[in-house]
Amino acid sequence: MSLKRIDLLICCGSGCVSAGALKIKERFHAVLTEKGMTNEINIIETGCMGPCDYGPVMVIYPEGVFYKHVSVDDVSEIVEEHFIKGRPVKRLMMQDSEDQVIASKKDIPFYQKQVKVALANCGYIDPESLDEYIATSGYEALGTILTTMTPQQTIDVVKASGLRGRGGGGFPTHMKWQMVLDATADQKYVICNGDEGDPGAFMDRSLLEGDPHRVLEGMMIAAFAMGASKGYFYIRAEYPLAIKRIKMAIEQAREVGLIGENIFESKFCFDAEVRTGAGAFVCGEETALIHSIEGSRGNPTPKPPYPAIKGLWDMPTVVNNVETFGNLTTIFLKGADWFASMGTETSKGTKVFALTGDIRNTGLVEVPMGITLRELIFEVGGGIINDKKFKAVQLGGPSGGCLTAEHLDVAVDYESLKEKGAMMGSGGVIVMNDNNCMVNVAKYFLDFSVDESCGKCSPCRIGLKQMYDIMERITRGEGQEGDIDELLRLGETIKQLSLCGLGQTAPNPVLSTIRYFRDEYESHIRDKSCQTKVCLNLMHFDIDKDKCIGCSLCARKCPVTCISGSREEKYTIHQVDCVKCGNCLDVCPVKAVTKVPGIHADVIAVNEIKCDMED
Amino acid sequence: MKTLTDLKKIREKAQEEMKLRGSNTRIKIVVGMGTSGIAMGAREVMKTFLEEIASRNLTDVLVTQTGEKGLSSMEPVVDVVEDDKPKVTYGNMTPDKVKKVIVEHIVNGRIVSDYVVATGN
Amino acid sequence: MYKEICNKYAPTKDNLIYILHDIQDTHPQHYISEEAVEVVSEYLKVPANHIFGVLTFYSMYSTKPRGTNIIRLCESPPCYIKGSDNILRKLKTMLSVNVGETTKDGAFTLELAACLGVCGNAPVMMVNDDVYGDLTEEKIEEIIGKIRGGN
Ligand SMILES: Cc1cc2nc3c(=O)[nH]c(=O)nc-3n(C[C@H](O)[C@H](O)[C@H](O)COP(=O)(O)O)c2cc1C
Ligand code: SF4
Ligand code: SF4
Ligand code: FES
Repeated sequence: MSLKRIDLLICCGSGCVSAGALKIKERFHAVLTEKGMTNEINIIETGCMGPCDYGPVMVIYPEGVFYKHVSVDDVSEIVEEHFIKGRPVKRLMMQDSEDQVIASKKDIPFYQKQVKVALANCGYIDPESLDEYIATSGYEALGTILTTMTPQQTIDVVKASGLRGRGGGGFPTHMKWQMVLDATADQKYVICNGDEGDPGAFMDRSLLEGDPHRVLEGMMIAAFAMGASKGYFYIRAEYPLAIKRIKMAIEQAREVGLIGENIFESKFCFDAEVRTGAGAFVCGEETALIHSIEGSRGNPTPKPPYPAIKGLWDMPTVVNNVETFGNLTTIFLKGADWFASMGTETSKGTKVFALTGDIRNTGLVEVPMGITLRELIFEVGGGIINDKKFKAVQLGGPSGGCLTAEHLDVAVDYESLKEKGAMMGSGGVIVMNDNNCMVNVAKYFLDFSVDESCGKCSPCRIGLKQMYDIMERITRGEGQEGDIDELLRLGETIKQLSLCGLGQTAPNPVLSTIRYFRDEYESHIRDKSCQTKVCLNLMHFDIDKDKCIGCSLCARKCPVTCISGSREEKYTIHQVDCVKCGNCLDVCPVKAVTKVPGIHADVIAVNEIKCDMED
Repeated sequence: MKTLTDLKKIREKAQEEMKLRGSNTRIKIVVGMGTSGIAMGAREVMKTFLEEIASRNLTDVLVTQTGEKGLSSMEPVVDVVEDDKPKVTYGNMTPDKVKKVIVEHIVNGRIVSDYVVATGN
Repeated sequence: MYKEICNKYAPTKDNLIYILHDIQDTHPQHYISEEAVEVVSEYLKVPANHIFGVLTFYSMYSTKPRGTNIIRLCESPPCYIKGSDNILRKLKTMLSVNVGETTKDGAFTLELAACLGVCGNAPVMMVNDDVYGDLTEEKIEEIIGKIRGGN
C-alpha cells in the first residue's frame, strides 16, 4: 500500500553532483527519517534537468515546484515548510524578469521554447529504474518493431523521418544502416559513440546518465535494422557515472530478457558490452574508436574502406552517436511524419545543445532545428551574464567556427551554419562576451587540437604546431606583417591534406576568427595592442592619479616592488619592471588602477634600445 | 518479459507508481497544512486520505497540500478539486469524516453537504 | 597482484584498456610499471611494445609513480573563459608543485586535462573520480583541505 504523496526529484547529473547534490540527497533521507515521513515522500535521483548553472536543482511533484541553488542547510526548511506545511520555499524558486516567483517548472522561460525528444526523460525519471523507463513507454517501440516489422521497413521509417547523425557530421542515419544491411557477413556490429570530447559538449554524458535505457533501446532498434547481434558502448573514461548507468541498464535488460535470445519471441538476439577510452579525443573518430575497442592505439585510418564495409574486427559496423540513438524510440512511437514536421528542409527534428561560457543559463537544452541563434542564446539561454555585450559564439567546438552579432538571425541547421563558416558539430555552444580576445580564444582552441592530434599524419602534426607558434607569437606581441596570410595558407593546406576529421577541421577556429575579427589580429600585429586587454604583453596597468588616494596598498602587494610614490604625489607604476600580475588592480580600494590596451611608451623605448644593441 | 502484453502490464503498474508526476488525475484533494491546520489535526486527515486512497486503489486521485487558507476556525480544511467543476471546501475534518468524503464524494460523486464550508473559488 | 587483476578479464586483446585502467587504479601510486606490462603481455599474448604503444597514446595512463590523489584540472576553452588559469595558479601555489608534479608528501599529483564534459559548471576539475565544479579559489582551499583531512 503506497502512501506516497510527494515525488522529490533531485537532479544527480554530473553538474549538480559537482555542486553537492548527493550530500543534499543524504540530508533529505536523514531529515525525513527523523520526522518519520519516509513513507510519504519518494526521493528520486534523476539525470540532468538542464539548467546546470542553477545547480543543485530539484523538482517537487505533484505541484512541479522547481528549486535552485539548494544547499544542505535548506533541507530542513524544505521539509518543514513545503512537505509538512505545504508552503513552497519562495527564496529557492526561480524568478522572472519582474522578480516574480515562478511557481512551477513548466513556467520557467528556460524550458518554454524547448521541445524534448531525446531528453524527454532526463530529469524526469530515475535512470536506475527500468520500471520508470517502461512507464514512459520504454521498449514499446522495440517490441512493436520486432513483432511487426522487417529490417527494411525499419530503415524506411528512419529514412522518412529525415534523421541525421548527431555526432557532428550530420550523415543521414538510414544510409549507413542500409549499407550494413545490404552487406553479407557472419557477424555485424553496432557501436554507440559516447566518446564526447569536444570542449563545451556534455549532451551525450547527460543522456547516458539520465536515460540510459533509451540509448540502449535505440541501439537495439539499429541492430535489428541492419542485422547486428552485438553492440558496444564506447564511453570515455572521464564519464564514470555514465559508464556505471549504462552497465546497469544492460544488466537490468538482460535480467528481464530484453537482451538475450529471441527478444519478444522474435528471431532477434542481441547482447551489448561497454568499452571505455583512456583520454584521447581522437578516439571519437569512428575508425580510431574501432581500433581502440580492439585494444590498440586509437589512430584513425583512411576511409574508404568505411566501417559499414570493414569495421570492428573487419566486419560491417555502424557507429552512431548517443543522441542519434536517443531519437529513435520517439520516432517510432510518434511517427516519422511527426519528427519530420519539426526543423527545416534538410535538418529535421530537434537538437540538444550544451550552453556554456558567458551565458546566463548554462546547461543543456533541446530545441527544434532551425531556431535562430538569437532565440537559442537570448531566449532559452537568458542572454549574456552580468549584462555584458554579446561578442561571439563558437559552435562545433575546436572543429567549428565562431559567429558574431551580425549572425544572430541565422537558423541553426547543418547547412546554414556551414555556409557561414561554423558548423553544427555535436552541439556545444560557447558564448563569449566582449571581454574575450578572439585571437587568444582561437589560440586556445588550436592548443587543444595540437595536444590531441594523434601525430599520425604530418599536415596535422606539424602544420597545426606551426599555426600555433604563429598565434603564440602574435599574442606575445611579436606578430609580423604577413602572419595572417601565412595562417590562412597553412590552415587551408592542413584542411586539405589531413587524414582524419581532426586535422581537417582544426584550423577552423583560426580561419573563422580571421574572417570575422581580422581587425583584432591586425591591431595585435601592427599596433601591438590587445583592445580587450587580455594578452598581457599587449596591455599595461596604469594608476589614475586623480582617483588614487595614496594608500600604498598596491605598492606593498606588488611582487617586484615596481610601484612607488607617496600620499602627496600619489603612486606610479614603473612599467619596465611590471610583471602584469594584476595584484594592484585587485587590492586598490578606490579602483584607481586600470588596464589599458597597448604597450606602454616606456616599455617600447626600452625594447628599441635592446633591439639596437642586439644589432 | 516475453511479449508486448507483458510489457504493457509492467508499464501500467509502473505508471501507477509514477502518477504524482503525471497528469492523468481526475480529482485533486488539497489539504490545508498551515500551522493551525496541523495543530487541529491536518496531518491525521492527510494520512487517512492517503490510506483510504491506497486501500481502494484509486489511481486517479491525488493528495497534495497547501498552506494556511485563512479559515482558521474551520481547520482542518480540505479542498476537492475536479476538472470543470467548482471547487468544494470541507471544514472541521476528522479521519472519520474523511472516510465518508471518500465513499460519497470521491467514489460516488455525491458532495457531503454537511461538511461543506465553501464552494467555488 | 597484477596477475590477479588480469584474471578478472578474459585473455583477449580487446580487454587491454580495461586491464590497464584497473592496474593503474589499484596501484597506490596510480601508475603502470614495466613489471605490470610484462605480466599483461604474457597474459594477453600481446607483445610488450604494443602495450607500451597503447600506454603512451592515451593521456590517462602514467608510466611514472604519482600521488594518492590525482587532480585533473580542465584546461579547455569553456573553462578557460571562466577563469581556469586563476584556479591553476591557486593550485600550484597551494600545493607548491608545477603541472605534472607530485606534492612532497605524495598526497596530490597536479595534471591538466582536456574538457571533462561538465562545462556548464566551469571551471571544473576531477579529483580521482569526483567532479568539482564552479571552482573558486576559496573552494579549492576547502576541497584540498577536506581531502587532506580525510587522509
Ligand atoms: C576527431 C573526431 C572526434 C569525434 N568525436 C566524436 C564524438 O565524441 N562523438 C561522436 O558521436 N562522434 C564523434 N566524431 C564523429 C564520428 O567519427 C562519427 O562520424 C559519428 O560517431 C557517427 O555517428 P552519427 O552518424 O550518429 O553522427 C568525431 C570525429 C572526429 C574526426
Ligand atoms: S589528421 Fe591529425 S588526428 Fe587525424 S590522423 Fe592525421 S595526425 Fe592523426
Ligand atoms: S592601491 Fe589604489 S589608492 Fe592605494 S596607492 Fe595604489 S593606486 Fe593609489
Ligand atoms: S571545458 Fe572544462 S569541463 Fe568542458
